[in-house]
Amino acid sequence: MLPFVLLFLLVFIFPIVYAIYSSFFQQVATGGGAYGGGELVNKFVGLENFKYVITSGAFWAGMGRVLLYTVIQVPVMIIAALALAMLLDSMVVKHIAGFRLGYFLPYAIPGVIASIIWVYLYNGQISPIVKGLAALGINVDFFSSNVVLASMANITTWTFTGYNMLIFLSALQAIPHELYEAARIDGATNWQIAIHVKLPNVRGAALLAMLMSIVGTIQLFNEPQVMQTADPGISYSYTPMMMAYNTSRGFLSPKGDGPSNAIAIVMAVIAGLLAMAYAFVERKVNEE
Amino acid sequence: MTSTTRDPLGNPVKDELAEPKRLRRFWRNPWSAERRADRIRERHENDLPRSMRASKVSKTVTIIILVATLIYFLFPIFWAVIASTKTPSQLTGSNGLWFAVPLSQLPDAIANNYATLLGWTRENFWRWVGNSLLYSSVSALIGTIVSVMAGYATAKFNFRGKGITIGVIMAAMLMPATLLTIPQYAIFNAIHLDNTMLAVIIPCCVSPFGFFLGRVYAQSSVPNELLEAARIDGAGEARIFFTMVLRLLAPAMVTIFLFMFVATWNNFLLPLMMLSSENLYPVTLGLYGMVSLATFNDRGALMMGALMGVLPVIILFLALQRFWRAGLAAGSVKG
Repeated sequence: MLPFVLLFLLVFIFPIVYAIYSSFFQQVATGGGAYGGGELVNKFVGLENFKYVITSGAFWAGMGRVLLYTVIQVPVMIIAALALAMLLDSMVVKHIAGFRLGYFLPYAIPGVIASIIWVYLYNGQISPIVKGLAALGINVDFFSSNVVLASMANITTWTFTGYNMLIFLSALQAIPHELYEAARIDGATNWQIAIHVKLPNVRGAALLAMLMSIVGTIQLFNEPQVMQTADPGISYSYTPMMMAYNTSRGFLSPKGDGPSNAIAIVMAVIAGLLAMAYAFVERKVNEE
Repeated sequence: MTSTTRDPLGNPVKDELAEPKRLRRFWRNPWSAERRADRIRERHENDLPRSMRASKVSKTVTIIILVATLIYFLFPIFWAVIASTKTPSQLTGSNGLWFAVPLSQLPDAIANNYATLLGWTRENFWRWVGNSLLYSSVSALIGTIVSVMAGYATAKFNFRGKGITIGVIMAAMLMPATLLTIPQYAIFNAIHLDNTMLAVIIPCCVSPFGFFLGRVYAQSSVPNELLEAARIDGAGEARIFFTMVLRLLAPAMVTIFLFMFVATWNNFLLPLMMLSSENLYPVTLGLYGMVSLATFNDRGALMMGALMGVLPVIILFLALQRFWRAGLAAGSVKG
C-alpha cells in the first residue's frame, strides 16, 4: 500500500497543491526597465492570474471549441461504438474476432502518430481521399477554418471508437444467456431484445465511457498540436490545453508557471462541473 | 488429442483439453466468462427458431455496415504502409492506393526510405524506439507492482483512512491527467530532474486505473480462506503476498502492465514538456520533431518510422488480446 500512496502523493497530490500555490505568483524581472533585466523573481500577485484567465477572450474561444467538440464528437463516438457492439453481438455475423480486432487496432496507434497519418490524408497533394473526392466533383479542404475542428474530431473518433466498442461488447457478453431465451419465449423480436434487454444492461458502462470521454476531450492537445504543423491557422491558444502549454513554454504572455497553472486549474474546475452536471442529468433521467 | 469434438448440433467445438494444463489455468481465470460467451454464440448460431433468424436483407445490411466501418478503421494504416515505400515525388505523383514501383523493386524502395529516415533522425531512430521501450516497460513494471500491492491491501485489510484513500484515488481516475503535467514539469524543473529519464518514468508509474483493476481482481480472485490457511501455517504477510497472492493475481498483472505500457508509449505532452535533449526522446516525440521542421518533406520515410515505432505496441495487442478485453470488461461491469 505504502509505495503506491507515496508515488500517488508525489505524482498527483503534490502537483495539485503546487499548482494552486504557484497560481498566485508571477515571474517578474527585478531591476525594472521595459525589457526586464536582472534576476527573475516570483512575485505574489493574488488572484491576478485567475482574473487574466477568466477575462481572456482567447481562453474562452478555446474552451468554446473544446465544448463544441465535446457536444458533437463524444455522442457520435459513443453511439457508433454502441451500434457496432450491438451489431457484433447480434449473432447475425458468426465470426466476430476479426472485426473486433480491426476496430480496436487504431487504439494501438499513439495519438501523435495517428494525427500525423491523418494530417497527410487531409493533404490535397498526397491524399487519395482528397483526390478521390475531387474526382467525384467534391472539393473539400480539411484545413479550412470551418472544417478543421471536424477533421480533428475524426482523428479522435478513429482512435477511440474501437476501445469504447470493446467496453460495450464486454458488457453485452456478460448478460446471461437465459435472459435472451426468456425474452424470446415471451415473443420479443431481435429489435425489442436489443432495446429492452441489451441497452439497459450497458447503461452503466455507457455512463462511464461518456464521462471519461468528456474529461478526455476537455484536455484536447495532441491532435491540434500536430495539425498546427500543417495548418498555421491553428493558434497557440487553439484549445485551453495548448494555451496552458504555450504559456508555460513562454510563447504566450503573461508567461510562466503561475498563469499556466491558473489555466490548468480553471480547466479542471470546468471539467469537474461538466462531469457532475452530466452525472446529475443522467441520474435524473434514470429516475423517471 | 487433436480430434475435433462436435456439439449436439454437429458443429465442431474446439477441444479445450488440447491446451497444456498449466497454460490453460493461467489463461482461463478471469476470462472464462467471455470465452463462454464466444462459445455459446457459436453453438447457438443455428438453433434460433426460424422466426427469430435474421432475414437475408438485415444480414446483408449488417455485414455491409460492419465491413464499411472496418475499411474506415484500417484504411489509414494500409495507406501508411503504401506511403512508407514512396519518395516525395512518388507520393504526389503516383496512385495513392498502391505502390509506385513494381513489387520486384520494392525492397530497394524500402531500403532507400529507411536510409532517408535514419538520415533525418541523425541516426537516433532506434535510440528513440529503445527509449520508448525503456520508459514504457520500467514505468509499467513498477506501476503494476505498486498497483497490485495497493489493490490487495485495500481489498483484504482494514486500516484507518482506508475509505478516504480509496475515494481520493477513484476521484483521480476522473481527473484530467494531462493537466497535472504542467505543475509536474514545474516541480521536476525546480529539483533539476527535468530532461532526465526519471522525469518521464516517475509520473507514468502511477495509474489510478491500475489500482482499480488490482483491487477488483484481488477482491474476486484471492480467497480469504486461503489467506487464513497460510497464516495458520505460520507464513508472514510478506511471504504470503510474494509467493501466493502475486501468483493468483498474475493474469491481472499482465492486464495492468499492458494498459500502463501503452499509456506511457502514447503519452506525448509529458515528454514534450520534460525533455529537451534529442537523445532522450521517445519515438513519438522524435517523429513529431521531424514533422514540425519547416524543411521536412520526406513523408514516406516518416510513415516508415511511424509504422516501425508502433510495431512493439501492435505486437502486444495481437499477442495479448484476451488480457485487453478482460481489463475493459472489469471496467465496464464495475462502472
